[in-house]
Amino acid sequence: MLCATSRLLAARTATALPAQPRGRGPGARCRRRELHFPGHPEVPLGEFLAGRLARSSVSASRRAILRRGRMPPAVGGGPAGSELRPRRGRCGPQVTRAVGPDVAAEPAARSPKRPARGSRRFEAAGRWALLALVTLLSFATRFHRLDEPPHICWDETHFGKMGSYYINRTFFFDVHPPLGKMLIGLAGYLSGYDGTFLFQKPGDKYEHHNYMGMRGFCAFLGSLLVPFAYLTVLELSRSLPAALLSAALLTFDTGCLTLSQYILLDPILMFFIMAAMLSMVKYNSCADRPFSAPWWFWLSLTGINLAGALGVKFVGLFIILQVGWNTISDLWHLFGDLSLSVVTVGKHLTARVLCLIVLPLTLYTATYAVHFMVLNKSGPGDGFFSSAFQARLSGNNLHNASIPEHLAYGSVITVKKLRMAIGYLHSHRHLYPEGIGARQQQVTTYLHKDYNNLWIIKKHNTNADPLDPSFPVEFVRHGDIIRLEHKETSRNLHSHYHEAPLTRKHYQVTGYGINGTGDSNDFWRIEVVNRKFGNRIKVLRSRIRLIHLVTGCVLGSSGKVLPKWGWEQLEVTCTPYLKETLNSIWNVEDHINPKLPNISLDVLHPTFPEILLESHMVMIRGNNGLKPKDNEFTSKPWHWPINYQGLRFSGINDTDFRVYLLGNPVVWWLNLLSIVLYVLLGSIIAIAVQRGAHLPAEVEGLSQVLLQGGGQLLLGWMLHYFPFFLMGRILYFHHYFPAMLFSSMLTGILWDTVLQLCAWSLASPFLARGMYAAGLLSLLLGTAYSFYLFHPLAYGMVGPLAQDPRSPMAGLRWLESWDF
Amino acid sequence: IFDEVYYGQYISFYMKRIFFLDGSGPPFGHMLLALGGYLGGFDGNFLWNRIGAEYSSNVPVWSLRLLPALTGALLVPMAYQILLELGFSHCAATGAALLILIENALITQARLMLLESVLIFFNLLAVLSYLKFANSQKQRPFSLRWWFWLTLTGMACSCAVGVKYVGVFTYLLVLAVAGVHAWHLIGDRTLSHVRVLCHLLARAAALLVVPALMYLLFFYVHLTLVCRSGPHDQIMSSAFQASLEGGLARITQGQPLEVAYGSQVTLKNVFGKPVPCWLHSHQSTYPMIYENGRGSSHQQQVTCYPFKDVNNWWIVKDPGRHPLVVSNPPRPVRHGDIVQLVHGMTTRFLNTHDVAAPLSPHSQEVSCYVDYNISMPSQNLWRLDIVNRESDTEVWKTILSEVRLVHVNTSAVLKLSGAHLPDWGFRQLEVVGEKLSRGYHESMVWNVEEHRYGKSQEQKERELELHSPAQMDVSRNLSFMARFLELQWRMLTVKSDDSEHKYSSSPLDWVTLDTSIAYWLHPRTSAQIHLLGNIVIWASAGLATAVYALLFFWYLLRRRRCIRDLPEGCWLRWVLAGALCAGGWAVNYLPFFLMEKTLFLYHYLPALTFQILLLPVVLQHVADHLCRSPLLRSVFGSLVVAWYSCACHVFNTLRPLTYGDRSLSPGELRALRWKDTWDILIRKY
Repeated sequence: MLCATSRLLAARTATALPAQPRGRGPGARCRRRELHFPGHPEVPLGEFLAGRLARSSVSASRRAILRRGRMPPAVGGGPAGSELRPRRGRCGPQVTRAVGPDVAAEPAARSPKRPARGSRRFEAAGRWALLALVTLLSFATRFHRLDEPPHICWDETHFGKMGSYYINRTFFFDVHPPLGKMLIGLAGYLSGYDGTFLFQKPGDKYEHHNYMGMRGFCAFLGSLLVPFAYLTVLELSRSLPAALLSAALLTFDTGCLTLSQYILLDPILMFFIMAAMLSMVKYNSCADRPFSAPWWFWLSLTGINLAGALGVKFVGLFIILQVGWNTISDLWHLFGDLSLSVVTVGKHLTARVLCLIVLPLTLYTATYAVHFMVLNKSGPGDGFFSSAFQARLSGNNLHNASIPEHLAYGSVITVKKLRMAIGYLHSHRHLYPEGIGARQQQVTTYLHKDYNNLWIIKKHNTNADPLDPSFPVEFVRHGDIIRLEHKETSRNLHSHYHEAPLTRKHYQVTGYGINGTGDSNDFWRIEVVNRKFGNRIKVLRSRIRLIHLVTGCVLGSSGKVLPKWGWEQLEVTCTPYLKETLNSIWNVEDHINPKLPNISLDVLHPTFPEILLESHMVMIRGNNGLKPKDNEFTSKPWHWPINYQGLRFSGINDTDFRVYLLGNPVVWWLNLLSIVLYVLLGSIIAIAVQRGAHLPAEVEGLSQVLLQGGGQLLLGWMLHYFPFFLMGRILYFHHYFPAMLFSSMLTGILWDTVLQLCAWSLASPFLARGMYAAGLLSLLLGTAYSFYLFHPLAYGMVGPLAQDPRSPMAGLRWLESWDF
Repeated sequence: IFDEVYYGQYISFYMKRIFFLDGSGPPFGHMLLALGGYLGGFDGNFLWNRIGAEYSSNVPVWSLRLLPALTGALLVPMAYQILLELGFSHCAATGAALLILIENALITQARLMLLESVLIFFNLLAVLSYLKFANSQKQRPFSLRWWFWLTLTGMACSCAVGVKYVGVFTYLLVLAVAGVHAWHLIGDRTLSHVRVLCHLLARAAALLVVPALMYLLFFYVHLTLVCRSGPHDQIMSSAFQASLEGGLARITQGQPLEVAYGSQVTLKNVFGKPVPCWLHSHQSTYPMIYENGRGSSHQQQVTCYPFKDVNNWWIVKDPGRHPLVVSNPPRPVRHGDIVQLVHGMTTRFLNTHDVAAPLSPHSQEVSCYVDYNISMPSQNLWRLDIVNRESDTEVWKTILSEVRLVHVNTSAVLKLSGAHLPDWGFRQLEVVGEKLSRGYHESMVWNVEEHRYGKSQEQKERELELHSPAQMDVSRNLSFMARFLELQWRMLTVKSDDSEHKYSSSPLDWVTLDTSIAYWLHPRTSAQIHLLGNIVIWASAGLATAVYALLFFWYLLRRRRCIRDLPEGCWLRWVLAGALCAGGWAVNYLPFFLMEKTLFLYHYLPALTFQILLLPVVLQHVADHLCRSPLLRSVFGSLVVAWYSCACHVFNTLRPLTYGDRSLSPGELRALRWKDTWDILIRKY
């Protein structure tokens, strides 16, 4: 235990001042008196931890220094030699970071004053024991009362249902990428769930259905967050107490706990985010041995986890940005290192492109391939996709259908809107009511299949029946002038200068004429988007626009629902604005023409890249469609860090089993305070450095950890939080949790540093040690106690609501807005 | 012509001193235009309703258009100055000025009564004065000149923001550059701590405090100028409306302040979306069975009605006492008191119960209680919860207090759901009782707008009293800050519903000039004005940006490997020019991709101006550093001259569309239609 903390500081001094590494290192170690604790048989926990860690890192960094001394100066880049060459161009902190635990665990044989072998082994064992303890505690809290409540909670109704869809192989649509739900489905399948439960609405009892497999899987991933945070912080700060504090904050946070216990995407997403972060940090610390096995391992693991994060939710994009930023700055340093040849830098670049771009993309695409392969039955998601896509799904009426490929005059067709959830061009024997345009037959769009969706394509100038066998088949071509006759009522699609019923700036579209005889307002020019004149028009594939010849407007649908006189179908208008929008693009779906040979729709099967692109378009549109309405209660991003309002997972009344997703306020407010404190402390240090102030060696070491390690975590927090301010879609409280993970880790590092700084400023070593240990212990015990207070939120409570003074939770309703 | 219609109506409002609200920008720009009208003696009497309408003789068109034209003309010398201050040669500076001179789009925009050229003027002024300031920093800090340019930077920035919100991007850019310079200053160890602190404080004062004060000043002037009520009153809160002359103020003037038992009040919803409305009830009842088969209580409807009506009056009653008149002295209602609300015309009690509301089945129905003797007791007690109270015994005040009405039996809160009732409810807005536990929302908050003490005990007399206008005697005023904050907030949140326009375009079309805007067409001939850029300049400016970016990264990478192609001073100049010009283009262009409002080509002009400034920078750099031999240099010089004369030619060809001064034949017009996407209007004869 002797001399331990001072050695830590010495090591940091040495690394922080690369100009004279050998001279300062040992000298500083002996000069620094303040934290030089005399040996004591019964050391408090905090100091014990600090000491142990310090020793491991001093030997490690000395090793780096020694190696730097031994190596000949590198010139140019022989690939063989580059593997073990130290990175001389990089500044101090990176060498500090470069020291992995594997290095630390190794006995520091070259160290002149190495500690006894036994104590080193003891230390390593202690670290593992602590990790095991943290993991155990995390698993214990997450799996405790996992089976309660035995009914559907909150969004389990969606994600559980989607898991069942995978087991039943039914196609569905969701705004999130498929990986998370696939994993849930897999977990259910492996644990013997048969996919028969309906997951209709929150509160439904599971009864005999086996739901524990899916919940257990999510809880398992959720439990792993804590050890991940522990390892990440340990790697960033080289301080065991900081790691322990971060782990404690996450273990004892009721919010993380609640979110991990149910069948949701969030535990899976957070698992991948944290895993990506951990492997990124690990590979950063392998930076002194590029292209070694562990380096490759962590680098590719980062890529795999990135693919996972993106594959669960698009929020995974933020961790990709973080890793991307880290990689770019890393490459920038390498590039500035003149001892590395351009070829070596090129190899670094290639390795990163391979592992961080190509590999994740491949995996991400692979999840979609599996998704489309597994889900091959028609289901509730069909309508969201294009006709060509639906032809793939067994059970859909387009599956294995055979229709003529090219549109010809006389064909009976249905015309479908390309934009999802608009439906087919439709007309029926009802007139527009008095006062709304001309009193002619209504034209609408209708979502369901119906005889009234059928139209006949005719030439604009003849009324002869084109199906007469004496006429040759004539195909419709791009740019032709046509007439569309409604099959059931024999009226022509018609438009004129009257304002449309709902969208006043557009023209009204009606059905007009008797038995197909109308006027020149029935003529439409058919155009295929992005095609040249004279091309034939393909069923399903061609994206067509219908342009009204007289007024020059384009047939479109506004997506607005007509009042009762229009049977609540959607409005069809003719828009005078010629800009190409999805509102005015249609395609032909059904096509009946006895004179043409039928082809099987299998020919029209979209290729995999097309499917991939289409499903992304649909997902993005779906996401944008989730807009909050006026007068609706929505969660605002500024609510989140202050823990303003929770989410009710289950139960409302006092007799229900209630679970309430709310962060442990002690943890959350500490996090909030820490961020403010961090920004203050960080800018003070940065300005001091910029002013050229000479910091004492200890402070310099600590401030490096704070700026480098803490900076990464702060960046993570910002990336996972601020983009939500720009999002137009509806937001929920649980969106903050990835950011909360980062801020908890930051809190760990910050308080460890602050306590060490305070301890350093005290004159008496005894006082210093006491205050460090006391501070740390009070933080740990405080969070644990607050967890004890708030645990009913997560594990469920029955009885009177907290507004009621009789409730055991009555005193804990610290904010008016909490309602548990 | 085109958007003159839009700005013109605001100028008229200024002239008539009528309050208005414009969500598109702060009032400074409108005020500047109105100043022109004021000087020209415009009386505001013109209907700005149709594009192409002839101005009547009382409209001083010349003086209204003077200011934009003046600022537009000043852009040319300012471009020259900026390039000089950036450290480039007179030749490059002249080039920049000449390019601005022949840019058709800038000319069109500056000749009309529009705000873009004013905005660009202030943008460039901010950049120019910052450069002047930064240059004088090297020579004599804290001199008079130094202070002058520093303050001018701040003022120009706030003017730019005051003209249009997009000015904020240039402001941020200047702040960022100033921040980087300040950071270098902190690192300068030759300066003492005190001196560094002085430098930082001076910058903070001039670049943060001064703009904020100026911005407040604009609003102060605006609110002093427009003090009469007008068509936009409805959007504002009752308190704000009461502070305007006429309108609501005439009614509320002299109302008693404190609501007492027996008071007759109208209750306005604070949230006011989708439309501002008042709590209302009428004789009709909820239908027994709704269309979807659910049942109702069949009691009297309670709705929210967006027009003033005698049915909006409610009487505050003490549940313990019978009389509906104010006792003498009045007993004020305080926070936490239990009250009943009696509908004035029907004398029924406001009531809610555990019946699903017509359109929001998760909330409770609110009705006026009708006793059908069906063992459904009335639940008409409400607890008053003053949201913006200062103490727990605060009195309920007219207009000022924002209150929630919490139902005693079910702890539901009276709330405007925002849905329109079907025909049986006369398309009025639905009012529901929402569980208190669902959290706070503005749609649950109401304030008393009209108020008087009830005097008549008899129903008949009371009806008469309700029909008669209110007459009372105290007046109140809002502080400037409160008015400013409310106005600013409403400006930022007001939504324009019209999302489609014939000439709207997407930001991607702008760079390549794939769109145009027809501003005006002569009523008889085919003379017309279009917003069309000089396509040679647009294309080469885009190219210059790309070349700059490529060269910048190339140099940056080479410097990282310690290969210095440029001398240090030259490199710094190159970076600063890029930061201001390319940066100015980026910050004024890229944010439009995130905006959801309707966008037009003229939104691109501020970005374009910065891009044009970059053009001579790149040209001079290529000539000085990349053309090694004199021969190459002279070839390059002649190419530049050829390119410039080409731009001049394009300018000349497009001139009729810019000035709209002569009529063109259809053939000529067709010849001018270089891109299919340009909407050049050709008359059919």
